[in-house]
Amino acid sequence: MTESGGEMDPGLDVAPASEPVAVQEALEAPAESLSEYLSRWWLKVRAGDLGSLPIVVGLVIIAVVFGVLNDNFFGERNFTNLLLQMAAVSTMAIGIVFVLLIGEIDLSVGFVSGVGAVVMTLLLRPDDPGWPWWAAIGVALALTTLIGFGQALIITKAGVPSFVVTLAGYLIWSGVVLVLTTQFTTTGTIRIQDPTVVGIANDFLSPLWGWIVGGFVVVGYALSQLQTARSRRSSGLIAKPLPLLGLQIVGLAVVTFAGVSYANQDRGVPTVTVILGVALVFWSFVASRTRFGRHVYAVGGNAEASRRAGISVDRLRIAVFMIAGFMAGVGGIVLASRLRSVATNTGGGSLLLNVIAAAVIGGTSLFGGSGRVVSALLGALVITSIQNGMDLLGLASGTKFVITGFVLLGAVLVDALSKRSRSARGVA
Amino acid sequence: MSDAPLLECKGVSKAFGAVQALHRVDFEIRRGEVMALVGDNGAGKSTLIKGIAGIHPFDEGEIYFDGERVNIHGPRDAAKLGIEVVFQDLALADNLDVVGNMFLGRERTRWGFVLDESSMENAAQETMEGLSVTSLRSVRQTVAGLSGGQRQAVAVAKSVMWNSLELILDEPTAALGVAQTRQVLDLVRRLAEKDLGVVIISHNLHDIFEVADRITVLRLGQRVALLERSKTTQEEVVHAITAGALDHVPGMADAGADGG
Repeated sequence: MTESGGEMDPGLDVAPASEPVAVQEALEAPAESLSEYLSRWWLKVRAGDLGSLPIVVGLVIIAVVFGVLNDNFFGERNFTNLLLQMAAVSTMAIGIVFVLLIGEIDLSVGFVSGVGAVVMTLLLRPDDPGWPWWAAIGVALALTTLIGFGQALIITKAGVPSFVVTLAGYLIWSGVVLVLTTQFTTTGTIRIQDPTVVGIANDFLSPLWGWIVGGFVVVGYALSQLQTARSRRSSGLIAKPLPLLGLQIVGLAVVTFAGVSYANQDRGVPTVTVILGVALVFWSFVASRTRFGRHVYAVGGNAEASRRAGISVDRLRIAVFMIAGFMAGVGGIVLASRLRSVATNTGGGSLLLNVIAAAVIGGTSLFGGSGRVVSALLGALVITSIQNGMDLLGLASGTKFVITGFVLLGAVLVDALSKRSRSARGVA
Repeated sequence: MSDAPLLECKGVSKAFGAVQALHRVDFEIRRGEVMALVGDNGAGKSTLIKGIAGIHPFDEGEIYFDGERVNIHGPRDAAKLGIEVVFQDLALADNLDVVGNMFLGRERTRWGFVLDESSMENAAQETMEGLSVTSLRSVRQTVAGLSGGQRQAVAVAKSVMWNSLELILDEPTAALGVAQTRQVLDLVRRLAEKDLGVVIISHNLHDIFEVADRITVLRLGQRVALLERSKTTQEEVVHAITAGALDHVPGMADAGADGG
């Protein structure tokens, strides 16, 4: 085993991988110190690899501004409201993150989510045909996934840019929503009466369950981080410094438990937050830990290189658009559940723009190949809290659009400038 | 060692629309040999190696690998045989780190889908050290931040890691300075000493006369010469490149398409 020491260059110290290493020894394996890790991180930031830094700064600014301007912004009631409001946008933005990662765009997700919501609602109508909730949801999700598949087939096989195909999809599915909702009602609004479906975005966990879920999140995160660090160390590889690991775990624990306790003072942790959390963990895992996820990044970075490496680029693109369709369906169901109904404009309005803006503000590059699934959540948090805060201040719609627009512009500028700084240093 | 060449192409042709890029070309490479592939722009060098690599499969002709007839319909077929190509554009994904690029398309996994990062990182590091690539700070660096020479090293290491039997290098020294060219040429000789068949495409005759054992000259999609390095001169090679005798005189349409 290599002598323990924080001074070693990451590139040079290699312990023989085959050597069996006990856990105790493994924890003493070469690791960089916290200060080295931080200085390396700062170096990356200066080189234009900003990671989640801009978004964290942005969130702090938003919290301070609205917290000062309005007393209710930090109220318990508003906190749970925020969790409910951001759920649909976050869910759909996860799908968009995958699409952006391969350097494509999907403009249809708004109305695709509308189609899913309307179809589910129609199938649920009592006695006509009065399907059980799981069948209606299943069919709706299968349908939105199929729509993603169909659009992707045209994009890949006919070579039409995704922008145009999904723009056509935007028109088509907005028409379908309109036709379906006016076909079956005169008012254009269909109420959802199924208690399970309404409960998705209107039920809350009991305080005890809130704590249990919170504890589960923290323990799960800690175990997965420690497992990663341990396996890297036992292979003789450089791992995150333990103090930083501890800091991250404690940080997450503080945020999670503070959130649970705060939500419990109001109605509790929303059920939909748990659904969103599961989706987030699942898709983060897919993106960062699986072969499929690696290929998504590779195709976004260099599609030709991926093709030469034997990756079936078309199949991957199709799968990604199916993910976007599926997550649009989930988001549509969440939205319909929250409003307890669907209407002629379901999936319309500024939903699509909010979803794409969330992914981009979260730090996902429009140029492809760079971004993380969690950025969907962070971006949705920014968008939703700005809109929520402006609602509290009673700003006019026009003002809200203008401000949201400037936030999006700022996010895209940060992306473009950091990319320019990266390439300026990369191709020196 | 068998007497059959490691790879032998017999009468391979390839057309892109009206342009006959390759016309019944024979090409062979033995184990432990550095074969240079030279020719002017548009002579068909790239088309030949893309055919061997399965990227643009040949229209006709036969390919023998270790004396056995093989079909190469895609990059995977070529990779299975142990044929690896390092293209001039290197085909690296800038946003992935060195490990991600070296294992692209052939990731090591657990349970078939979860990446085994530790094992890949170790293997990548061992390969880099085996090739005496020392300028790299960490195999976890993204490729976007590497210099031209480092990128070339990553691309070569990526190919070597797959225990390839035949390595094709497309203009490996074109973008490099003197010292780094030296390193790459040394690397090429070392690969041949490991009994690999190495094909090197280059416009730089000086480089070629330094590393190659034999030289294949293409002109207008045909092979016009196969020369032993020790029995030829740079003048002879230049003459073959510019005025080598063609077996098949291109028709008017062909000549027009070749752009003169």
